[in-house]
Amino acid sequence: MNRLQTLFANKKNNLLSIYFTAGYPELNTTLDIAVALEQSGADFLEIGFPYSDPVADGPTIQQSSEKALENGMTLNVLFEQLKQLRERVTIPVLLMGYINPIVQYGIERFCKKAAEVGVDGVIVPDLPIYEYEKLYADTFKQNNLSNIFLVTPNTSEERIRKIDRLSNSFIYLLSSSSITGSTLNVSTSIEDYYKRIKAMELDNPTIIGFGISNNASYNKACEYANGAIVGSAFVKHLATDNHLQTIPDFINNIRPKL
Amino acid sequence: MHMKYGVDEHGYYGDFGGAYIPEMLYPNIEALRAQYLKVLDDDDFKAEYDQLLKDYVGRPSPLYHAKRYSEKYGANIFFKREDLNHTGSHKINNAIGQILLAERLGKKRIIAETGAGQHGVATATVCALKGLECVVYMGEIDMERQAPNVARMKMLGAKVVPATSGSKTLKDATNEALRDWIGNPEDTHYIIGSAVGPYPYPEMVAKFQSIISFEAKKQLLEQTGSELPQYVLACVGGGSNAIGMFYNFLDDETVKLIAVEAAGKGVETGHSAATTSLGKEGVLHGTRTILMQTDDGQVVEPYSISAGLDYPGIGPQHAHLFKVNRAEYVSATDDEALNAGLLACQLEGIIPAIESAHALAHLEKMTFNPGDNVVICLSGRGDKDLDTYIKHFGY
Repeated sequence: MNRLQTLFANKKNNLLSIYFTAGYPELNTTLDIAVALEQSGADFLEIGFPYSDPVADGPTIQQSSEKALENGMTLNVLFEQLKQLRERVTIPVLLMGYINPIVQYGIERFCKKAAEVGVDGVIVPDLPIYEYEKLYADTFKQNNLSNIFLVTPNTSEERIRKIDRLSNSFIYLLSSSSITGSTLNVSTSIEDYYKRIKAMELDNPTIIGFGISNNASYNKACEYANGAIVGSAFVKHLATDNHLQTIPDFINNIRPKL
Repeated sequence: MHMKYGVDEHGYYGDFGGAYIPEMLYPNIEALRAQYLKVLDDDDFKAEYDQLLKDYVGRPSPLYHAKRYSEKYGANIFFKREDLNHTGSHKINNAIGQILLAERLGKKRIIAETGAGQHGVATATVCALKGLECVVYMGEIDMERQAPNVARMKMLGAKVVPATSGSKTLKDATNEALRDWIGNPEDTHYIIGSAVGPYPYPEMVAKFQSIISFEAKKQLLEQTGSELPQYVLACVGGGSNAIGMFYNFLDDETVKLIAVEAAGKGVETGHSAATTSLGKEGVLHGTRTILMQTDDGQVVEPYSISAGLDYPGIGPQHAHLFKVNRAEYVSATDDEALNAGLLACQLEGIIPAIESAHALAHLEKMTFNPGDNVVICLSGRGDKDLDTYIKHFGY
């Protein structure tokens, strides 16, 4: 079992994951941010590696990626930074990014390196099921990495069942069909979608992401899923002064301490 | 179908192609694929497509035997006159096909990306024809470079949205169009203008552009007694006119296919769009292909004087034809293209688009046997490029 699988075996509700772009706002604060997030109570982390053409991302994450690239972030630099990951961070960590940088790095080398530094899973929005099964699944498994699939309100039941079979940690439910950073609009149809997924009794836990930016949207997501992911809202937080010191407040605003 | 060079059931041409799309687009791409496969054999669709090409676009486009060119180069040079199509380029062939598909998919809103503006104009045109809402994404920099086409699209009723992210050119316009589609999956169809993007786009665009070589074969037979020439040339950015010009010759291995990329200021100058020389295999805009990128896999911004060839990748079928050596990929610089454009004015009275002038430029580097038949795709007319020509030559 990797750390993700252990986490989901032990904690079923109100999970909170935070996404941030490595190398933003500064090149070398990746681990400091990760440590602050763990200390503030985040259950797991998604560390984004930047790409020049992030088509599934809205302006906030696009700009953070651009800045990170300007700062000199690359997969090589990131893996170098993550060498100390497991000396400082104990919660599960996923890498999130687009397929092209991985293809250039080499899929085997990428997975080996990720496993070596203690990464537990990978989210690649533009890696579809067919290509994953044919080209990548074996390498992921050999390195004990979970691949996380996305499900949207328009994903068919048959396809969700297939994704459930291929998943081994959790399924990433998109709150709507949108790019990152959009506003969550909990309409009746979205509630129907959450209910529909819940009624499917999937083998894997579900975590809701996209549009989770405050306590209200977080709570709503947790009614239907095992937890939620905050991305753009946290990346915006990283643009503020003293962002490292105020990470506990940010987390507390999303999920107040009991 | 082309068993050897064609697409397989998963959308691959050898190692290239596929549909590397986020899950948000999967239902759209799947519906499009199903509908596309259906209309391939649909008589109503074919009849409507053929009629619009004939009565609205003005097809067949002439195959013109360029006599003074033929004298100069010592071979029979033919121009396939896509520049004479309604809207001034080959782009309309694909826009017509896709708008008919969009109608059958029940879509009410059309989006498109454009570089030089030719595809944007073609899309705005077919939307006006069908009374559908049209939004065209165009890089902020390209909007300045191609201001007359922006005004043209607006006149045709389209909304032109500047792409302000990244390098503010064609690749960013494509990103913005994809983001729009992710957010509006139900009512919107995305008309991609080049033979790029996730399957079925490269195949569909190639099919809609294959009319170019379908006609050329018949016209060659009439004019030369043989439907097969020795050489076929076309410029390639993403590669839609080139794949249309090659399509029906792919299995005729005696026909040499030559694709001319934009070398910009020179392949090794750092200001170039010669993808096959400078690129590596990777994934761009939903397809596995060859693209210009850093060692870290970041997409490199290309350069060409021609906005229509200014794209960091090539279509996946081109990547395959390049890899298996079925077609030869060469390049022409800005200056070579401009000079070739001027030569076409002076020898044949035709002002070609700077894109098409890249294909003409390669004639200078070829040697022919007497009697060789050579077909060049004149993909577009040069009206949109007059400013550039005039400034360069000082008229």
